[in-house]
Amino acid sequence: MIYLDNAATSFPKPEGVALAMNRFMTSVGANPGRSGHRLSLEAARAIFDAREKVADLFGAGGPLRVIFCLNATEALNLAIRGLLRPGDHVIASSMEHNSVMRPLRRLEAEGVELSIARCSSEGILDPSDVRKLVRGNTAMIVITHASNVTGSILPVAEIGRLARENGILSLVDAAQTGGCYPIDIETDCIDLLAFSGHKGLFGPQGTGGLVAGARVDTNSLAPLKTGGTGSRSEYETQPDFLPDKYESGTPNTVGIAGLGAGLEFVLGEGIGRIREHEKALTKRLLSGLADIPAITVYGERNPERQTATVSFNIRGIDSSEAAMRLDEEYEIMCRPGLHCSPAAHRTIGAFPGGTIRFSMSYMNSREEIDCAVHAVADIAGGAGGAGK
Amino acid sequence: MSSGIECGVVLFESTSAALKAEKEAVKTGLKVKLIPVPRALNSGCGFCLRFDWQDIEKIRGLLISRELKFEGIHKLKWPPN
Repeated sequence: MIYLDNAATSFPKPEGVALAMNRFMTSVGANPGRSGHRLSLEAARAIFDAREKVADLFGAGGPLRVIFCLNATEALNLAIRGLLRPGDHVIASSMEHNSVMRPLRRLEAEGVELSIARCSSEGILDPSDVRKLVRGNTAMIVITHASNVTGSILPVAEIGRLARENGILSLVDAAQTGGCYPIDIETDCIDLLAFSGHKGLFGPQGTGGLVAGARVDTNSLAPLKTGGTGSRSEYETQPDFLPDKYESGTPNTVGIAGLGAGLEFVLGEGIGRIREHEKALTKRLLSGLADIPAITVYGERNPERQTATVSFNIRGIDSSEAAMRLDEEYEIMCRPGLHCSPAAHRTIGAFPGGTIRFSMSYMNSREEIDCAVHAVADIAGGAGGAGK
Repeated sequence: MSSGIECGVVLFESTSAALKAEKEAVKTGLKVKLIPVPRALNSGCGFCLRFDWQDIEKIRGLLISRELKFEGIHKLKWPPN
């Protein structure tokens, strides 16, 4: 069995993740920071440790600026809905996932102005096209760090600098890059970083978060939900400090304990090493696919400028039929279709048919990629020349 | 700590802030412990950081130099009665 659906969620996870979750469920189990007893304290420590590791990995200004959420989608909703008001203008790229587009479209209906910076058909964003869209009331620029369809890496640092020059906040969707590509919110000029816990960070599903940079004024960032936090219990109003203002209700402590172990793995291996391995896999896959006739590969097809995600089509075969055959005949798990990103598929010219997406992780081997290339070649009926 | 000694507690607005201060204090070599907030004190969160009162200046210095936001420092007898 070959799992190539890591852009949806990574699998397998490092061994420590399930062990940490099992340890939490069998020997800690308490509600973090609510009660004052030793198990409550230990649960709070599990969350704090994960918070520190996230801050380390992304260069956040301390663990208290890390807000845990259910997933990157919730983090993006918090940043977008929490900061934008009717009359504000927001710019997004044409490669965004629906986790960005749907909150933006909803706000647009409520009076927020929205402009889309067009990317090329290879998924490349020219920062000058963003600059042209800036207005007096532009409050935020939202861009994905890397497309979940083509893997294309967008120029977040240039966009971030452009945002700073104009007094605009930059929000980056790092769902596809967190844990696989270097991110430093200071050098990349990122004000708000939404991350997924269950992809490159190898945590379980139900984890993710938002890093709030120093320029984010929490007085103007409204929480998505309010409720119990274990702090300021004598007041019926929401606390106004980080991270409690945005973390109401009992958190996914067991999940965050697992995320802590995933982060430990990532920090231990090092982003450099992870990136090199993923680049090598991407290069192998791209060159293997290039040798198969009847295959269209989308994006720049340059391992240096993309994540380990590759989208392609086999001429004459529907993407979902090809994915089903890959699963049933070759035990290869991938994802066909539109990948929750109709905008990106329109940009690359693959709407509404979609693409077959192979998304790899640090856990994949070169041999698995070779097998996958052979399977695609078989299905395309163009076997020969495939694989290296 | 032995019984009946003078100690102090630092109160914080959140558990995260208390945990952060604890880590910093331990790194500096100070003897501290997170304990439930004594009922007589009103605090934002459930935990406070207990320390030997003789370390008060070091604790104060640490809170300021590391920019650790706290709600107050109280002197008390430990264990309380």
